[in-house]
Amino acid sequence: MSLDLAAVRYRYAGSSSVALGPVDLRVEPGMVVGVAGANESGKTTLCLVAAGMAPGVIGGRIEGSIVVDGVNAATLRPHELAQRCGLLFQRAATQLTHTTATVFEEVAFGPCNLSLAADEVVERVWWALGALGIEALAPREPTRLSGGQGQLVALASVLALRPKYLILDEPTSELDPAGTALVADALVRAARETGAGILLVEHKTDVLARIADEMVVLDRGSVAMRGPVADILGDVRLADLGVEAPAKVRLARDLQAAGADFTAELASALG
Amino acid sequence: MERSPLVPDPGSAASSPGLPRNLGLPEYVTRRPSGFYRTLNPATKLAIAALEVVTVFLVPGWLGPIAVLLVLAVVAAASHTARALAVIGLAASPLVISIMVVNLFILPGAVDPIFRAGPIAPTWSGLWFGLLTSTRLLVFSSAVALAYVTTPVDDLLADMSRRGLGRRGVFVVGAAVQMVPRTIERVGEIMDAQRARGMDTEGRIWRRARAIVPLAAPVVFGALTEVEERTMALEARAFTAPGRQTQLRVPADRSRDRALRWAALLALAGVVVLRLSGRVG
Repeated sequence: MSLDLAAVRYRYAGSSSVALGPVDLRVEPGMVVGVAGANESGKTTLCLVAAGMAPGVIGGRIEGSIVVDGVNAATLRPHELAQRCGLLFQRAATQLTHTTATVFEEVAFGPCNLSLAADEVVERVWWALGALGIEALAPREPTRLSGGQGQLVALASVLALRPKYLILDEPTSELDPAGTALVADALVRAARETGAGILLVEHKTDVLARIADEMVVLDRGSVAMRGPVADILGDVRLADLGVEAPAKVRLARDLQAAGADFTAELASALG
Repeated sequence: MERSPLVPDPGSAASSPGLPRNLGLPEYVTRRPSGFYRTLNPATKLAIAALEVVTVFLVPGWLGPIAVLLVLAVVAAASHTARALAVIGLAASPLVISIMVVNLFILPGAVDPIFRAGPIAPTWSGLWFGLLTSTRLLVFSSAVALAYVTTPVDDLLADMSRRGLGRRGVFVVGAAVQMVPRTIERVGEIMDAQRARGMDTEGRIWRRARAIVPLAAPVVFGALTEVEERTMALEARAFTAPGRQTQLRVPADRSRDRALRWAALLALAGVVVLRLSGRVG
């Protein structure tokens, strides 16, 4: 049981250059795989490809295979794939439907699309809100939420479809520190309580250090580094790939450079 | 059937006390409006609005607009929407002013001047025609606005869906209705960004007008680039799944609604027939 990308290469429609690949990647249920990389390294493309949006919705040309729990993703229709691989984008505003009066109804939009019985829809909505600890937002108007709250509602909307895998494309990129902390806490909670496999693209490495089990670093569309998150985030080559190390690591390095031996603290900081 | 890891097993952490639990369908979702007009089915209100609009424009002279205005005044008072309608009426004031000015001074064929001051000669005919046209416009916009302010958008969409309009059609209507507030919100965001970069968007009218040009491009192009992401977001929420969308709340459609709708549609047809036959006008 896993989400597997094997020798995947992808070109956007009308482009002659490869935007992604070759990439081999595996996400298993219960595992959080972090993805980092500089701008234009292919992070968003990886998300679109893994979720079947590319080429399924936006076109383009793909090679290799994407297999979700033994089923070739190319054979699945978008709504079938949405129930296996949930996709969250950077901006909450573009993910909300803007046609619902309350957060409850916003989260119910996906399950309603599946023509489920009303009782099942209601049960899923409460479950998704509860998994993120945001039941209190249920009566609120979706368009009047803060950025962090909006992103959590968007995530709950995806969770309500009960996918086995979550693909999150920089969910905190437009958030301030408070919003980032809010979403990071919710992701920790979601990972713990849902048991879903999570592919988390994130340039804030402090968030990755806290949540991810394994990590890959992309460089010009290909995997440049992969391994346990502590090893990758402590690797000095990270900076050469345009990825900033977590604050704790940078602090420990600065102190080491000043002559203090902080090897143990560095290891501790990375968990 | 295999259980998704996101489906809580009985006895698992996710179904234990203190964690996600089903609280039933909340009242703020099943909310019922109060008052006679607000509790009418959205389709009934649309039928009444259609009758009012047709009456305003097809019944000649002042009879149509005045009759509809009286009805609207009663309904607005009863449904506590008079203030909202007044605000909407004020929003139409630039158009009303331009209609009055144009008709007052340059109504073709008008030869009954109120006074003459050189080339300026407002006419009685222009004054009455301008007043009639302005009244028609205000009554028309009030009729549509009354239906709008007394009908939550999601009620309208739910009712359209219940009547068989496909989910794409329902979503297009909903998105179109919500486009205005969303665009206003976007303009605000872009204005803030432009101000932060030193653009003067306040003060005299010519300054504001000059600021429109650099605002227009980001608003239009931003909306266009948003389309792709919104499309993918809808796909990610199973929007294209087959079958009918589940309805959590369906607006009531009582016998009084059906009776009112039929009466409104018959009256509308009657007005059209009378107008076409030349018995009125």
